[in-house]
Amino acid sequence: MLLRCVLKELMALKEVEKNLLLVELNGLLQTDDKIALKEITRQLHLENVVGDKVFGSFAENLAFLLEALKRGDKSSSRPVVFVLDEFDLFAHHKNQTLLYNLLDVSQSAQTPVAVLGLTCRLDVLELLEKRVKSRFSHRQIHLFSSLTFPQYVDVVRGQLSLTQDFPQPTFSSQWNKSISKLCEDKSVLDILKRNFNTSKDFRSLQSLLFLVVSRLSISHSTLEEADFLEASRLTFADSKANVLHGLSILELCLVIAMKHLNDTYDGEPFNFQMIHNEFKKFIQRKSHSIHKFEKPVVMKAFEHLVQLELVRPLDSGGVCKVQREYQLMRMMLDHTQVMEALQRYPQCPTDVKQWALSAFA
Amino acid sequence: MSRYATRLTMRRTYKWNGRPVSLDRKLRRHYYESMSISVEGRKDDINVSLGQYILIEGEDDDNPFVAQLLKLYADDSGKKKTAVVQWFVRMCEIPPNKQKLLGREPHPQEIFFYHDHSCENEVDGQTVLAAVNIKHIPLEDPFPEGTNKGMLFVKLLWNTKSFQELDPKMMQPLQSNASPERSPKEPISRALPTPDLSIMKRAMSSVLTRGCMSTGKINSSEAESLHSASKLSAAKALSAKRRSRAASGPHVRKKLELHSPSKDMSRDDVLGELLDEQITKEKTMSKLNTSPTSRISISIRLTPCTINEKQVSSQSTNSPDKSRLTALDSTHPTRLQLPEKDADDDDDDDDEDPQPLNHTGRTPRKREATPRRVSLRSLKASTPYTRKDSSSLREPALAAFFLPDRAEEENEESPAQSAATPRSKRKSARLVSSRIRKQLNLLDNKMDLQSDGEDGDDDDDNFVPTKIDLQSSSDEEIAARVDSEDEVVVKKRKGPQTPSRADKTRVLARTPRKTPNKKVAPTMPRTPRLANPSIPSRLTPAKKPGNVLEEARTRTVWWGGGRLHVSSIPESLPCREQEFQDIYNFVESKVIDGTGGCMYISGVPGTGKTATVHEVIRSLQQSAEHEEIPHFNFIEINGMKMTDPHQAYVQILQKLTEQKATPDHAAALLEKRFSAPAPKKETTVLLVDELDLLWTRKQNVMYNLFDWPTRRNARLVVLTIANTMDLPERIMINRVASRLGLTRMSFQPYTFKQLQQIIASRLNRVKAFEEDALQLVAALSGDARRCLDICRRATEICELSGIQQKGSGLVGMSHVMEALDEMFSSCYIAAIRCASVQEQLFLRAVLAEFRRLGLEEATFQQVFVQHQGLCRVEGLQPVSVSEGLAVCQKLGSCRLLLLEGSRLDLFLRVRLNVSQDDVLYALKVD
Repeated sequence: MLLRCVLKELMALKEVEKNLLLVELNGLLQTDDKIALKEITRQLHLENVVGDKVFGSFAENLAFLLEALKRGDKSSSRPVVFVLDEFDLFAHHKNQTLLYNLLDVSQSAQTPVAVLGLTCRLDVLELLEKRVKSRFSHRQIHLFSSLTFPQYVDVVRGQLSLTQDFPQPTFSSQWNKSISKLCEDKSVLDILKRNFNTSKDFRSLQSLLFLVVSRLSISHSTLEEADFLEASRLTFADSKANVLHGLSILELCLVIAMKHLNDTYDGEPFNFQMIHNEFKKFIQRKSHSIHKFEKPVVMKAFEHLVQLELVRPLDSGGVCKVQREYQLMRMMLDHTQVMEALQRYPQCPTDVKQWALSAFA
Repeated sequence: MSRYATRLTMRRTYKWNGRPVSLDRKLRRHYYESMSISVEGRKDDINVSLGQYILIEGEDDDNPFVAQLLKLYADDSGKKKTAVVQWFVRMCEIPPNKQKLLGREPHPQEIFFYHDHSCENEVDGQTVLAAVNIKHIPLEDPFPEGTNKGMLFVKLLWNTKSFQELDPKMMQPLQSNASPERSPKEPISRALPTPDLSIMKRAMSSVLTRGCMSTGKINSSEAESLHSASKLSAAKALSAKRRSRAASGPHVRKKLELHSPSKDMSRDDVLGELLDEQITKEKTMSKLNTSPTSRISISIRLTPCTINEKQVSSQSTNSPDKSRLTALDSTHPTRLQLPEKDADDDDDDDDEDPQPLNHTGRTPRKREATPRRVSLRSLKASTPYTRKDSSSLREPALAAFFLPDRAEEENEESPAQSAATPRSKRKSARLVSSRIRKQLNLLDNKMDLQSDGEDGDDDDDNFVPTKIDLQSSSDEEIAARVDSEDEVVVKKRKGPQTPSRADKTRVLARTPRKTPNKKVAPTMPRTPRLANPSIPSRLTPAKKPGNVLEEARTRTVWWGGGRLHVSSIPESLPCREQEFQDIYNFVESKVIDGTGGCMYISGVPGTGKTATVHEVIRSLQQSAEHEEIPHFNFIEINGMKMTDPHQAYVQILQKLTEQKATPDHAAALLEKRFSAPAPKKETTVLLVDELDLLWTRKQNVMYNLFDWPTRRNARLVVLTIANTMDLPERIMINRVASRLGLTRMSFQPYTFKQLQQIIASRLNRVKAFEEDALQLVAALSGDARRCLDICRRATEICELSGIQQKGSGLVGMSHVMEALDEMFSSCYIAAIRCASVQEQLFLRAVLAEFRRLGLEEATFQQVFVQHQGLCRVEGLQPVSVSEGLAVCQKLGSCRLLLLEGSRLDLFLRVRLNVSQDDVLYALKVD
């Protein structure tokens, strides 16, 4: 998150003063108030901390911390800054005790306290209970990235370029030249544009660039647009279509059968028996290349699909009283995905392809 | 195991010894000399007779109460045996926060002479356990070693505020003063309606000589007034002063006439004074001279040479039990620095000169009343401090004669003035001037606070307030009591040992702000395993504010106390006078009556519920401090500040007794405490904030909280606060709701006018807001917290813009609007505008799908199909399912979309979290 960078900078500035206590909490780590309290006491180095361990029960800790904060005086004690990352998760704690107390301290004449909450949720205020909300200062800062594409490309250039203090100046200038050339390349720009369109954040950009850079080797010392193409292929690839490539012909046939069933029954769930019927019809009518499989074999193939979660039972988790053959299933694939996979499938029998393409079974 | 045979463990029978020595016809009481207790299984009976020290059954079997037997009588039927006693307290019975005042480790067998007239001194004869030996030990002597366990030692006197040296005379078993009680006609103060002078006198004298309550069956308030009338000077000085202070405070008009003790008191005053005068005529000076001179009060010598009214005063001041006054006197630095009695005498002689002036031109009755006050004043008139005291001292009785300039004088002499704050203009209205004084004090405090921060280290112990209830007393209150507390503090510090002068001057050299903390501070025996919870102190001093705007806001941010910050406690709570009065009356009446009760207070957040209750408690504590009403404990618990409803027991117990226990054990202990009869128990006021969180399935926590006050001996007042008005009906089961009773109060949200008033009062001196801007802020919501936040933000914005361009320097409409926009404008539209192209497309796809389905919900698969189509229309490369899902999740994490768990994959249901119009609006503008 961008917020964090901003905060880090801010902290670095303020650290100069040296009389600020910083407590950092993360909603993902401190999943309930109990752990959070222990963490706070630990980070504040209060006196009931021995080594890195905090003693006492939850209730004791809470009372202790509140006491400590209450003792504080505006002029004598060091201000404390609480940074609550994943703030929305703190709001899910029972009764929001921690938030209430922190905000209450910040609103009363006790130890000076600032509470900063970071979250990606825009509606986080609605999670707060009304008495907690009333204590909140209603101050929000929204960080939106309003980057334009040229700026985005500039960032890419900045990220890839080598700095001045690189040990080999010749190489670094050569490299930087190649980078700026790359940044004007049409296909590279296309890829970047696409990435930019999907998401503006820098993490996705970095993961893309990381793939690009990882293709470098001693023999391949400069980046080329081919690297970008390859990386983008990897990032934009659809995971399910990839899975389909690894299926056997039989399994693929089952998928096609399911697709047809989906077409005829307009997305209604189906069971194995229906698929098997569809498959048998196909074999009887058209198939020349495909053997007639035994039902148990087909069943085995189907179970493999279930394991891959390309097919999923309708009532997931429920105790199945129905026989496996008659359990209602749903296909987790889109039409386009199936067709695309078929196109790319190596040595796909033509009759199977035709069957997939035909409107009716 | 119990060392004494309590009623539970053994059967005891009580028998009078001999014939009644006297008979009170009016009350039909038979007075006896002694009583014998026979315990089953023991052969020899225990005989207790008057003057003996006895053990009385109490809460704790191992530590029964100790008392001296003063009277024994039986009612007409002869069945009910009653004993009148003088109490002694053990260390463990002294409130834990006061225990440290002793300044040393108490001897295990040490007890203290209990000197508190508000305490009931009659006990059921059946509770007497046995006789005990008590030995008085002079202050300097060590405790004797190797004595038997049954022996108790008494060294000091405990008057609920401080430890003082005990006059051995007080310990004498009744001698001369025993006679009045046993005399055949002994109506004592019961005869108040028909005041027989001689009887009154005798009662008086007995009180004077022994200094304990021997006035028979009178209710405590009467006893107090009579008592204080008789002992006059010290207690009177204090109470009068307090009353005057109360009169100057804004809350005085909130008090009901009925409850204001000043009325009764003044009547009793006059009575007592009349009596005193009589007494002085009869009593010889020799008596005065025999009173111990080892005490610090030196003015005794003075009395013989002054005649008539002066005698009255000095007599009363010098009587042996007037330790309080002497303590008061001793607080006086100049007095202490004058070791020579002669010098002192001169001093007093000089000072008494103005006295005749003072009571000229007054009504005769008043004249009788005034001299003592005046002479009292004269006793300590040598510094401005005491002059101020005396002036305020006169106020109550002279209410009719109150001159406005008096108030001003007081105002100018208040310590706040010394702090280089701008002088207030002369105003005649009393309220106004006192109010100004308060503010000045407040300001002064802040200054001091600042300086405290700078010289931090040498008095770090001052900054460790230990008790919550004391914590709750705010700056404002402290400001109001600065001077009085100075004295109180010194008195407390004085304790048993004779105070060294260096110590004293040090205390007085302190700024007033520090001293109140001091009271709380001294090294207190902490529970051993608990470390000191404190935040490390800062290294650099906090900043000071610059201009007016900054003053209005910045103080908040850097060194606190800013007027607009929610935390800064206002001098008074405007617009809550009615509620204040109601709660005040409720609690006060309960405290005075020594009964229990519940009250339920509701209101939406930010309407000042907790603040008002705290204010009430503050002013009650203030009056308790001055002995207007009996002392009480104040305990506050907050449903939000505990981890589990049952922790409430633990917290209450801890705050009451500093004990730690598990919830179950704590509940049992509290149960015992509130149901056991204990004559010396102080009333407890319990504030339960956020009551709804104490809800449990069986509701036993709430049940107990509301059940305790109904016990006969509980003396518990419970104030509960919650947000919802119908909480009792909604979540409480019947038996809980019925115990809560019908004392309800609801705080309405502040109206537009009230908020305006609040902000105005907060800003007060500082003129920072334009008028219409203020109105806009006030019109927005009923939540005072929010309102103040808006103001604060607006000031910040104004300040920021003021740096760039020289504006008017006041917060105007535009600034407020800006602040409002910042706080309450919807962020969704901005978020949508800043989203990436695909995200925007996805939102459009969602809209399109919704329109197609006519529903507000669609599966991801359906939306995705739309999305693909849109991509083609826009000429973008269609995205894959994985990408589409990623986009969808991103929107979901911002909560622009509401999503189900991602495991559902294609069948994930999508809903909009924003209105469709908003999305359209946001997307169209691009």
